[in-house]
Amino acid sequence: MSTLPNVPSSTAPAPALKLSRKDFQSDQEIRWCPGCGDYSILNAATTAFAQLGVPREKFVVVSGIGCSSRFPYYVNTYGFHGIHGRAPAIATGIALANPDLLVWVMTGDGDGLSIGGNHLLHAMRRNVNLKIVLFDNRIYGLTKGQYSPTSEFGKVNKSAPFGTVERPVDPILLALAAGATFVARSVDVYQKHMIEMLRRAALHKGAAFLHVFQNCPIYNDNAFTDFTEKEIRDDRNIELVHGQPLVFGKNKDQALRMGSGHRIEVVPMGSGARGSAVEREASRTRNNLSPTMEGRHDEASDVLHYDATDPATAYLLAGLKPPDFPMPIGVFRETQLPAYEELVHRQIRDITEKRGPGDLDRVFGSGDTWDVRD
Amino acid sequence: MDSHPQAQTQTPRVARKIERKEVRQVTVRFAGDSGDGIQVTGGQFTNVTAIAGNDLATFPDFPAEIRAPAGSLPGVSGFQIQFSSYDIHTPGDAAEVLVIFNPAALKTNLNRLSPNGTLIVNADEFTDKNLERAEYKTNPLDDGSLAGYRVVKIPMTSLTVKAIEDLNSISHKDRERCRNFFALGIVCWLYNRPLEPIERWIRSKFSKSPEFVEANSRVLRTGFNFADTMELFQVAYEVPPARLAPGKYKNITGTTGLAYGLLTASQKSGLQLVYCSYPITPASDLLHELSGYKHFGVVTMQAEDEIAAVNAAIGASFAGSLGITGTSGPGLALKSEAVNLAVMTELPLLVIDVQRAGPSTGLPTKTEQADLLFAMYGRPSESPVPILATASASDCFDVVIEAARIAVKYMTPVIVLTDLYTVFGAEPWRVRQSKDIPPFEMGPRKWIENGRGHRNGPFHPYDRDEKTLARPWVVPGTAGFEHRIGGLEKGHIHGNISYDPANHDMMVRLRAEKVARIAQDIPAPEIFGSADARLLIVGWGSTFGPIRTAVEQSIEEGLSVAQVHLRHLNPLPSALEEILRRAPRVLVAENNLGQLRRLLRADYLVDAAGYNRITGQPFTVQELKQEIRKHLKAN
Repeated sequence: MSTLPNVPSSTAPAPALKLSRKDFQSDQEIRWCPGCGDYSILNAATTAFAQLGVPREKFVVVSGIGCSSRFPYYVNTYGFHGIHGRAPAIATGIALANPDLLVWVMTGDGDGLSIGGNHLLHAMRRNVNLKIVLFDNRIYGLTKGQYSPTSEFGKVNKSAPFGTVERPVDPILLALAAGATFVARSVDVYQKHMIEMLRRAALHKGAAFLHVFQNCPIYNDNAFTDFTEKEIRDDRNIELVHGQPLVFGKNKDQALRMGSGHRIEVVPMGSGARGSAVEREASRTRNNLSPTMEGRHDEASDVLHYDATDPATAYLLAGLKPPDFPMPIGVFRETQLPAYEELVHRQIRDITEKRGPGDLDRVFGSGDTWDVRD
Repeated sequence: MDSHPQAQTQTPRVARKIERKEVRQVTVRFAGDSGDGIQVTGGQFTNVTAIAGNDLATFPDFPAEIRAPAGSLPGVSGFQIQFSSYDIHTPGDAAEVLVIFNPAALKTNLNRLSPNGTLIVNADEFTDKNLERAEYKTNPLDDGSLAGYRVVKIPMTSLTVKAIEDLNSISHKDRERCRNFFALGIVCWLYNRPLEPIERWIRSKFSKSPEFVEANSRVLRTGFNFADTMELFQVAYEVPPARLAPGKYKNITGTTGLAYGLLTASQKSGLQLVYCSYPITPASDLLHELSGYKHFGVVTMQAEDEIAAVNAAIGASFAGSLGITGTSGPGLALKSEAVNLAVMTELPLLVIDVQRAGPSTGLPTKTEQADLLFAMYGRPSESPVPILATASASDCFDVVIEAARIAVKYMTPVIVLTDLYTVFGAEPWRVRQSKDIPPFEMGPRKWIENGRGHRNGPFHPYDRDEKTLARPWVVPGTAGFEHRIGGLEKGHIHGNISYDPANHDMMVRLRAEKVARIAQDIPAPEIFGSADARLLIVGWGSTFGPIRTAVEQSIEEGLSVAQVHLRHLNPLPSALEEILRRAPRVLVAENNLGQLRRLLRADYLVDAAGYNRITGQPFTVQELKQEIRKHLKAN
């Protein structure tokens, strides 16, 4: 009788299964506006899904409300188009009922951070095994152009004709603070990067949060072009790769280092700022690097090497943005903790082992009883 | 005379020849400060009364504050129990015995004592300070104001401390706190109750501190012996065991009834139970209780809020479990958006609403049954949801099982209305045998198990069973049946988003028709009393007990009255219309301003009158009897 779900197993790649992007495309007509960044996220997702080797029926895509939340209709998996902001809660229930599923939450900046902020916080805090993709266009699209929780201070739009006087939330900082065990960022137009981030989020066990900058051509066009334009993007982005030095620029000629007062600074590479052996050692210690990594320091002595398990640097980097700094993309944090539903079912298993499987008659007959006879 | 066979042999025997008067029914009320252990005292007395084989009903009546200032009027906690040698349905209107732990309790509870009733008072607490806190100008124990009662003044606190003064490891304060067991001992003597079950409980409760086991057990016996040797009472009482339907019985609260019913629903359906809830009085106990049944595979989730709780339950149902959420009025309001999602996605879901009194946060620890119209209509648009109500603590068991059956058979959310009075109150429950409860009819979920589903090519999530109109429940993980559902309107059968006007009209009607068809599973309501009675009282929920008792007594007095009590409120039983039309006069008695009455009048155009009283307290039998008389005279 028992229907205890199994502990997750199928999210591990099954190499025999060959799927293509087409297998994940649904027959539904896509109704996003022409030029919407959602298309490229959809393309990246279906590509990444196919690469995972997980059978289609194990996928569940859950969403809330908004343009991005139409996503489940456009992928040929199990899907649940929920209600305003509630996708993380619905998805948590799905994961609890069947930890064997690969559950995705597709949400937008309004849906996820405003009306559903509480649920998002707690899904990450519990470390539910969810792959949360937050489409951030810094505007409300489906309700036609009001400011969102990520809109810049002073932004003029439909509900703030004189400019918004609200300060925006930073989704990465929020995810870090909430304790998501995988936190990453990508951009709609960085197709290859996004596929990689989606794939890594999928393989991560626990709450994976992927922040995606996504253009809204109708209500907030070119919101991200100051760091996504082809000509400048190499100079305006920095990719966070665990164990690698934080170097950026078309010619890899700029780097980040820890300045005084725990402020990150941009320093030119090859500027001769080699520093002494003592300084190098100090930098290595500061950045928690093994001696073998020390050799990668190359030109700037105190270039930060990225450590995705170190929350402190992740917080510092999350605060960086153009024009003074490059926009960080990639994996801010990646760490392993048991997933919520795994702990829930482990507890059920342990207690069942200890007490034996539930017996109704034993429970009903427990405690003080008495008999009434004819 | 020694005519109390149910007393255990080890109970100290009554030393002198004392008259034991046989009575059929008694109501006892305990009242004291919320730190006095009133609920423990009442609960333990209930337990030994149940073991003695009486029928019983209880009503815990406590403040919303965890600890209001000691001795203050808002801090008074009460517990009432009626027990009897016959089948009873209420905790009694007024008490024959009122046990009072301090002046504030006297002030707030004296109106619950019958004229000439016995007032057992802890005299030690009637200090100037406590009298002032209770806003007494003179000491009621001395000023003659209690002349109409039999007052038994006992210095319980000092006797308690004296009885255990040799237990050095216990502080003076903790010694004083044992006095509730002194009072319990006295009441046990008065009604010839066995002490062993209480001592057993004390041993398990304080298993980590032997000195408290000794202290409480000794004080309990001291109280018992004190009542015996001091000849406090001219007469002791004997309430013979009740003649209930044969079987094994145990005492349960409504919360336990709900929990047992849900465990049963899980086993009989083969569905894992996923209970998601947010703490709220008086529903929290269900979360506490279910959390202890993990070996039944029960998943409990304490969600971040009411909205998350219901949405997680919906997610669990989507993924193939039995998703359940429990709450009380204010929480139900927060859940309504998601209940509508469950209506649209046609997923099974149980929503258990433990009603409490008042709009907004109202009176969180008082009872009421005023969420019916909210359950019916508290959602935007046309949103039909089946509604069932529990009549008593033991009825909770059957109601939740039936609610779960409806939810999975018809693929629909179901709201179960219970209330504070029911979930906290206790009564005997005839212990069921698991084998006697039939397994669930699983509805269209079977389609997949039988290899059906692809009717015309691809799988259609909104295809429907012809009889029930339920859609198939195919859970994620099932290969070849991938599909998407959501809150937007969907096309008939295929389930894709549809804005087609005619389709919407059809879907609205289909959803309504599906819920209406549940009536085919509902038996005709039983008429208690004569079908030709001049007055028919219609009720629902926890007013069952007082109405039944009032009707029983009125019939005994020769009045022409009958009762119909509704378990199903949406849809209503098909047979109800005929019953109402035939009744010369219909009175709908509700602990609200007439919510069911509105529904009955609207649906059946019957001229139903209402009896409505909203005090945060359950109905009393006397008031209902007066109302019956009034209507029969007016007729």
